Amino acid sequence: MSCPLNDLKPGQSGTVSGFAKLDDGAEHLMQMGVLEGADISVLRYAPTGDPVEIRVMGYSLSLRLADAANVLVDNVTKS
Amino acid sequence: MNAGVPATPAAEPVVITIGNPNTGKSTLFNHLTGLRQKVSNYAGVTVERVSGHMSVDGVDIHLVDVPGTYSLAAHSPDEMIAVDVLHGASVDLVRPACALVVVDATNLRRNLFLVTQVLEAEIPVVVALNMIDLLETAGVELDCAKLQDQLGVPVVPIAAAEGRGIEALKQTLADMIKSPSVPSLRLMPEIDAAVEQLGQDLQQRGITVHHIELRRALIDASGYAEQRLVERHGEFVLDRIHELRKAAGGGRSLSTLEARDRYSWIQTALKETEQRTEPPAQRIRDSIDAVVNHPVIGTALFALVMATVFQAVFAWAGPLVDGIDYLTGSFGSQVSAWLGDGLFASFLSDGVIAGVGSVVVFLPQIIILFAFIIILEDSGYMSRAAFLMDRVMRGMGLSGQSFIPMLSSFACAVPGIMGTRTIANQYDRLATIMAAPFMTCSARLPIYSLLIAAFVPDTRYASGLINLQGLVLFGLYVLGILGGAATAWMISRLYWARTKSRFLLEMPPYRMPNARALLSKLLTRALVFLRRAGTIIFLVAIAVWALASFPRPSAHAGSEQAPTTIADSYLGRMSIAVAPVFAPLGWDWKITAAVLASFPAREVVIAALATIYAVDTTGTDDAAGSTLTRRIQNARHVDGTPVYTLPMVIGLLIFYAFCLQCAATIAVMRRETGSWRWPLIAWTYMTGLGYAGAFAAFQIGTWLQVG
Repeated sequence: MSCPLNDLKPGQSGTVSGFAKLDDGAEHLMQMGVLEGADISVLRYAPTGDPVEIRVMGYSLSLRLADAANVLVDNVTKS
Repeated sequence: MNAGVPATPAAEPVVITIGNPNTGKSTLFNHLTGLRQKVSNYAGVTVERVSGHMSVDGVDIHLVDVPGTYSLAAHSPDEMIAVDVLHGASVDLVRPACALVVVDATNLRRNLFLVTQVLEAEIPVVVALNMIDLLETAGVELDCAKLQDQLGVPVVPIAAAEGRGIEALKQTLADMIKSPSVPSLRLMPEIDAAVEQLGQDLQQRGITVHHIELRRALIDASGYAEQRLVERHGEFVLDRIHELRKAAGGGRSLSTLEARDRYSWIQTALKETEQRTEPPAQRIRDSIDAVVNHPVIGTALFALVMATVFQAVFAWAGPLVDGIDYLTGSFGSQVSAWLGDGLFASFLSDGVIAGVGSVVVFLPQIIILFAFIIILEDSGYMSRAAFLMDRVMRGMGLSGQSFIPMLSSFACAVPGIMGTRTIANQYDRLATIMAAPFMTCSARLPIYSLLIAAFVPDTRYASGLINLQGLVLFGLYVLGILGGAATAWMISRLYWARTKSRFLLEMPPYRMPNARALLSKLLTRALVFLRRAGTIIFLVAIAVWALASFPRPSAHAGSEQAPTTIADSYLGRMSIAVAPVFAPLGWDWKITAAVLASFPAREVVIAALATIYAVDTTGTDDAAGSTLTRRIQNARHVDGTPVYTLPMVIGLLIFYAFCLQCAATIAVMRRETGSWRWPLIAWTYMTGLGYAGAFAAFQIGTWLQVG
């Protein structure tokens, strides 16, 4: 059961299962290591609620909720 | 080799340094080349090119830095630089003898993505495994020998910040140049065949294109490599690319395949090479992050950092500024005393020394400001600020990514505008470019400091912590930010339908800024500024001096001794002619002359004022060493009323806050936006805004004073 990345709470992690839409943004994310099978976790949301800081491929990356919503995650851990 | 362009023989082999951002690449570059580096631009684009020389084991090497990048995929001419440098189409048309890829040993998985791309460039490669000293704190155990076997190229562990491993790296580079070997690792067999095929098809038509360029054209659908090939060689290339892409990808995008192939190889390789445990340093990072990103504490910290920067630039530089001011002033009068009142003496003291001196005097401010920017960037705080500010910046049509170029624009809009290339969305980028020149750049500080010091009382509040002069300066910064925000907002509304912002930013680990790297970057920045001062500003200063000193009065009277009265000079006549246009702003013809002279570079206004007031002997002021401050304080209209009234000074400050008086910014805008359209719009709009602001301030202010 996969859900969009922005549904994860800080501290939750999962595995990337794909993209809702395979667009330029998705391709860019894949080059940065956000791709099918990658372990991913949400570290925190900005004080304003957006963007979100995630951990993937052993480093931290921040992206907007709109882009995070395109990333599908499954095997989500309980918070 | 690039098609149709003969390669020029290189005096010495070229080695390029390439790597992800935040890998300590520039620190390593400093160690290899020493502090003296040459900064220029890659031809045809706005990407800064840093180069230097190193010598090891009898081999002289020309070292060229490629700006930090995560991937060779290119969607713009700027991003294409890395590819072009690799196959020798960029740096002196010479293929590099070796590519030195700098990677962060604590962040190998993502760093190796670029490494595997560079390995396919068909040139020798050496990998510098940087931050090897931080492995333990990052909770990583690494088998370097194994990694070397897997990549098939020399891997040299280094700690650039501490200068460790540099000698071994130099030796490895020298060995590689003496007996080169090209890596053979290929991770995308399905694409290799297509690259080969496309190369042969083009070869049959007499077109030679390097494999790495063809590879990018095939992988990056509608990317810049593809676009350029089609522009250069015709539509048939595109048809062929589409066919080959389809055959190779079997319906899937090759870009997706590339990410999958490379990352799965990396994951497998690192399973054998790398052991990861829970890093002890992560806890330190987490606690810093908890503070820095805290809604209240983090925001307060951010405001504090920014306020410190402003206050430091104005207050800390003070004594140095006064010192340089005093030195140039007394040097100028010494020269006058030695050489007498002749034309040459006037040229030296009023033209050369006064002109350049008045600009060099602001070097302390520039260095302090750049020091802050570099420290914020190198410590990793800059990314947090972007994270914190994204939502706010979006409110004005920008993104958190615009924050860094915008903050850089507080030093100079030129690097700021150039820095916008990291913004993925082109409309975000345009909005940032148009907003950047509004930010209070260091070139505005000379006129701000001069007018504030001369006309704003040094009143202190809160037992001396805050002073009125600092507050006025802060107000001018706010004015610039508001102007930029409004401009960016208007542009984003203009392209509302097409604007789909993207914000993708690495949050690097917190690191102690490196003193050596800081010093080198400061030196480079200072030299770049001085070179500008030495060329554009100096030439304009001399031109203004000449316009102000000629024609010499009555040639027949042998009046070499009698200086021209400035009103009779060419500059005076020009300014008097257009002065009525600026009279509603409260300006006399002298200010008009200085403002006109500073349209190519706004910092020239100081040199121009210095020249105009120094050359002018019609007034009662005859103290040769008197500072510009005193001269403008004493400036009077013909009717004896002061020229520099408070409303007029405020108006003049507003004029300089808005007006686009910078030829360099205009040139960079043209290159970044690809046409004269946007720089022309910006120039007209900003100059109009400056005039309107100065007009309103003077008229309303004078009315209030009288009323």
